[in-house]
Amino acid sequence: MKRLKSPVELERLRSRLARKRDRHRTTVVTSVGTCGLARGAGEVARAIQAELVRQNLGESVDFRATGCHGFCEIEPVVVIYPERIVYQHVTPADVPEIISESVGERRVVQRLLYRDPSTGDEVVHEEDIPFYSKQYRLLTDDIRLIDPHQIDDYIAIGGYSALVKVLFEMQPEEVLEEIRQAGLRGRGGAGFATVRKWEACRRAPSHNSMKYIICNADEGDPGAYMDRSLLEGNPHSVIEGMVIGAHTMDAHEGYVYVRNEYPLAVTNLGIALEQAREYGLLGQNILGSGFDFDVKISRGGGAFICGESTALMASLEGRIGEPRPKHIHTALKGLYGRPTNLNNVETWANVPVIINRGAKWYSKIGTKGSKGTKIFSLVGKIKNTGLVEVPMGITLKEMVYEIGGGLVDGKPLKAIQTGGPSGGCIPASLVDLPVDFDKLAEVGSMMGSGGMIVMDESTCSVDLARYFTKFLTEESCGKCVPCREGLDRMLDILTDISEGRGTEEDIDLLEELGGVIKDAALCGLGGTAPNPVLSTIRHFRDEYLAHVVDKRCPAGVCKELITFTIDERKCTGCLICARECPQNAITGQKKKVHVIDQEKCIKCRLCYDLCQFDAVVIS
Amino acid sequence: MVELTIDGVKVRAHKGTSVLEAAREMGIVIPTLCYYPGLSSFGECRVCLVEVVNGKRSTLEASCTLPVEEGQVILTNSPKAKKARKVVVELLLASCPTSKTLQCMASNMGINKIRFKIKDRGCILCGRCVRYCKEQMQSGGIGFVGRGTSRRVSTAFGVTPEECRNCGGCQWICPVCERACTADSLVNGLCGACQNLAPVETCQICVGCSESVGPGGHTVY
Amino acid sequence: MTTKTSGSVERIVESYGRSRDSLISILQDVQTEYHYLPEESLREVARMLDLPLIQVYGVATFFKAFSLEPRGKHLVHVCLGTACHVRGANSVLDEVKRQLRVEPGETTEDMQYTLETVNCLGACALGPIVVVDGEYHGQITPRKVKRVFNGRVQAARA
Repeated sequence: MKRLKSPVELERLRSRLARKRDRHRTTVVTSVGTCGLARGAGEVARAIQAELVRQNLGESVDFRATGCHGFCEIEPVVVIYPERIVYQHVTPADVPEIISESVGERRVVQRLLYRDPSTGDEVVHEEDIPFYSKQYRLLTDDIRLIDPHQIDDYIAIGGYSALVKVLFEMQPEEVLEEIRQAGLRGRGGAGFATVRKWEACRRAPSHNSMKYIICNADEGDPGAYMDRSLLEGNPHSVIEGMVIGAHTMDAHEGYVYVRNEYPLAVTNLGIALEQAREYGLLGQNILGSGFDFDVKISRGGGAFICGESTALMASLEGRIGEPRPKHIHTALKGLYGRPTNLNNVETWANVPVIINRGAKWYSKIGTKGSKGTKIFSLVGKIKNTGLVEVPMGITLKEMVYEIGGGLVDGKPLKAIQTGGPSGGCIPASLVDLPVDFDKLAEVGSMMGSGGMIVMDESTCSVDLARYFTKFLTEESCGKCVPCREGLDRMLDILTDISEGRGTEEDIDLLEELGGVIKDAALCGLGGTAPNPVLSTIRHFRDEYLAHVVDKRCPAGVCKELITFTIDERKCTGCLICARECPQNAITGQKKKVHVIDQEKCIKCRLCYDLCQFDAVVIS
Repeated sequence: MVELTIDGVKVRAHKGTSVLEAAREMGIVIPTLCYYPGLSSFGECRVCLVEVVNGKRSTLEASCTLPVEEGQVILTNSPKAKKARKVVVELLLASCPTSKTLQCMASNMGINKIRFKIKDRGCILCGRCVRYCKEQMQSGGIGFVGRGTSRRVSTAFGVTPEECRNCGGCQWICPVCERACTADSLVNGLCGACQNLAPVETCQICVGCSESVGPGGHTVY
Repeated sequence: MTTKTSGSVERIVESYGRSRDSLISILQDVQTEYHYLPEESLREVARMLDLPLIQVYGVATFFKAFSLEPRGKHLVHVCLGTACHVRGANSVLDEVKRQLRVEPGETTEDMQYTLETVNCLGACALGPIVVVDGEYHGQITPRKVKRVFNGRVQAARA
C-alpha cells in the first residue's frame, strides 16, 4: 500500500477503486459480526468461498464478509448483489444451492427467502424487508458495503473525504460551527451538546499542546451493542471522526477504550488503524497537511464503571476505575491532568457525515431538541430483534410494531426499558411517545446508549428492577457510601419483596433511599442507579403492591411466589418431564397424569420448557 | 479571592479552597468523616453534603471536594442537605454499627432507628488511613482492594508490606476506632456499653449513647 | 501451583516500555500467559514498574477480568445481560451451576471448568448465551445446557 501524500493522491486512489467496484459485478455478501458468528456465519462464509472456487466462479464473482446488517434475528444472512437478494438462516449445507441457483442461474431459492411473520409474504430484496422500512440507516447502511479489513472499501464509497475537507478547506472554527448548527448531542447516554465539549477543549490552555481525544467504546449497558457493531463493521467511520475532532481541538494523541468483552471489535479496529497508518491517513503529516495524530487502543478490564469518563481516564493511567467529582471539567483537566475530549463511538461516527453532508442537511433530521438519528438495540420480547437506526422523533409504537414486528406470541406490550441501568421503564400507555432525549427524560427514563428492551406480561417489573440493582451493586466501584451501601440495601429490600417478605413501608423506603442516593452519590453511576427502581415504582406500583400485600407475582417470575402445577386436563402422561426433572420431583406413570411434589420443586422451569402440551401451569 | 454566599452570608475565600474550609473559617460546622485537615480530600463519606443552589434547581455536593467559585450560593443546613446527611449516616451505621463516632453523630442528628439490614464491615472505607500512610508517612503500604461491597482496606496479599514503618498512624487516624470508650465504668451517665471493646448481649444497634441504662444493656426507641 | 520463571513477565513489561500507564494491559498479557495472575508475577510487575505492590494488587482485584486464583482448563461464561435475563438466563445459569456443581467465580475440583457470569456479550438477539472457550452457544434453555457440555463433564469425572 503506497502512502498517500496529498488529497489529490487520495482522490486518484478513490476513483480507481470506485471504478473497480463495478456495480454490475456479482458479489456474494455475508455478515460476520459477533452475532452472526455466534450463529455459525463463520462456517457459512468459509463454505461460500470454497463453493465459489469449486464452481469455478472465483474470478468472476466477488465475495465480501461485512459487519452486522442490523437484522440479527435472521442471521446468518447471505445477500447477492447487484440484485440484493437476501437469504435468511443460511447454513453451510444451503450454500452450494445458493451459488448454483442465484449466482450461476440468477434464480431465487424460494425456501431461504425472508417471510414476513405478520403477513406471510416473501421478500426477495433486502431493502424491502419491513424491518428496514421505517429506519434511517445514516450511519449503519455503509456496513453492508464494506469489509472492515479492507480500508479500500471505505475509501471507494467516499471515506475520508470529510477529513480532506477539514484539513484543507475549513478552519477549526468553521468545523465547530458546523457541529453547533447540526445540533449533535452525545450518543453515549447523557446527550450533552457535543459542540460545547469541543469548544471547551479547544479553548483550554495547554502546555506544549498536550491534549487528548478519547473514544469511549466501553459500552457496558447490558443489552446494548450498537458501538460493537459500528467498531466491528465500520471502524474507519469512527477513526475519521476522531481525526477531524483532533484537528479541531489541536490534539495529537488519541485513545479508543474498548470493553474487554469485545475481542472482534478490538481486532477490526486494530487492522483499520494499521491500514490507515499505511496510507498516511493517520500518524505524522496526515495527507501532507502537516497535522500529526495517532490513536492507541486500550482494553478495559471488565468494569462497567470505566464507561464513566473520569473512571475511564483513571484506567488509562493504570489506576483503578474510581470516578472523581467533575467540578473541574475533563475538557480542562482530564487525562494526566491535561485537556481531554471524550466522546462515544456513535458520536464520533456522526462527525464525518455532518461534515460531508453539511449541518443544514443534517439538522433537518430529527426533532427540535434532538437532531440526527440514533442507533438502538431492539431486544427482548420482540419478533424482529436487531440493531435499528431511526430518526429522532419516531414513536415507540412505530419502533415496536412496525420495525420490531410486534411482540413474540402476539402478547400485549407491558413496558419498554430504555437507558440501561441508568434508565427506566416506559409503560405501554405511553407508547405514542416520540423518541428523543428530552421526551424520554420527562417520563422518568433516558435515551442512554441505545438499549431498548421490550417487555410483555411475563416480565416482572420488580424482578427487572432487582436485576438492574444487582448489576449495579456488582459494578459499583465502592468508593462512596450512598452507592456502595445504599444500592446494596436497596437490593436487600427488593430481594425481600420478590421473595415475599416485603411490606408496604418497604416501597416507601425504596423511594426515600433512591431519592437520597440520586442526590448524594459521587458520580453518574450512583446518581442514576435508582432510576430503574423509581421508574418501575412510579409506573407499576400495583405490581409492587401485589408482591407485598398479596405475596403474589402477577408475571409469574419471582420464584418464591409462584408454584408449578400440572394441569390434569392437558397432561398426556408422556413421562418426559418426570425423567428430566433435576430434583425427581415429578411422579407419574405412562399415560397417567403427572404430579409435581411442591416440597422438592426448585422452580427451574425445565418442565415448563419441555412440555409439548402446555400442561405445566405457573400460578 | 472569590465571593460566595453561605447560608445567606457573603463570604470571601481564596481560589482553591473548598467550600468546607471556607465555611469553617466562618464558624459554620459541617459534619465530616473522611475529611482530615492536612490530607487530600476524598469525598467518600458524603456526610459533608451541602446544597448548591443554581437558580430554580439545586444539587447536593460534598463540600470537602467542592472548590469555591464566584457567585456560588451554598446552603449548609437546608432540609434537603439535612435529610440526605441523615440517610447517609443511617447507611454508615448499618455498615459499621460499633463505632462510637457514628453513634454519636446519629444521636445528634436525631436518628433513632436503623431501617436497613446491618452488615458490619468494621470499616467505613473513608480512606483516612490510606491517605495518611501515603501522604503523611510517604509509605503507601496499605490501599483499597476489591470493588463495590467487597472493597476493603488491606495490604497486598494480606502480608505486612515492606513499606510499613509501624507508626500506628493508620489506627490513630481512624474515625471508627477514634474514640474507644471505657466499657468498664459508668461515667456521668454514659452507657458504657459501646461495643468497641466489650461484647453486649442486647441488640447491637445502640443509637442512644447518651441514654443511661447501666452496663450490659440499653434501650432502643 | 508453581509459577514459571519470570522471564515472560519481564518480556511483557519491556514490550510496553516499562510504562506505568500500561499496567492494565500488562496484567492482561500476563494473565493470557499464565491463565491467571500468580502472586509472584504481580510482585515482579510492581518491581519492574517501580510501583507500590498494593497499587498493582489493587488494580488486579478491582477489574473483573483478572483472576488471582488458578482457573480451570475450560472457561464457561454465562451471559446475564438484560436481553438474556428477560429470556430466562437465570434458569440457564442455575442449570449450569447444577451441572458443574460450582458457583460463579469458582472452578470445578478437577480443575476442568471455571464458571463466570458476564454482564452482556453484545449478542443479544441470540440470548440466552453460554460461551465455552470462546465458542458461542445461543438460545440456550435449561434443557439445552446438557448438550453444550456434550458429556464433557461426565467424562472428566470418570
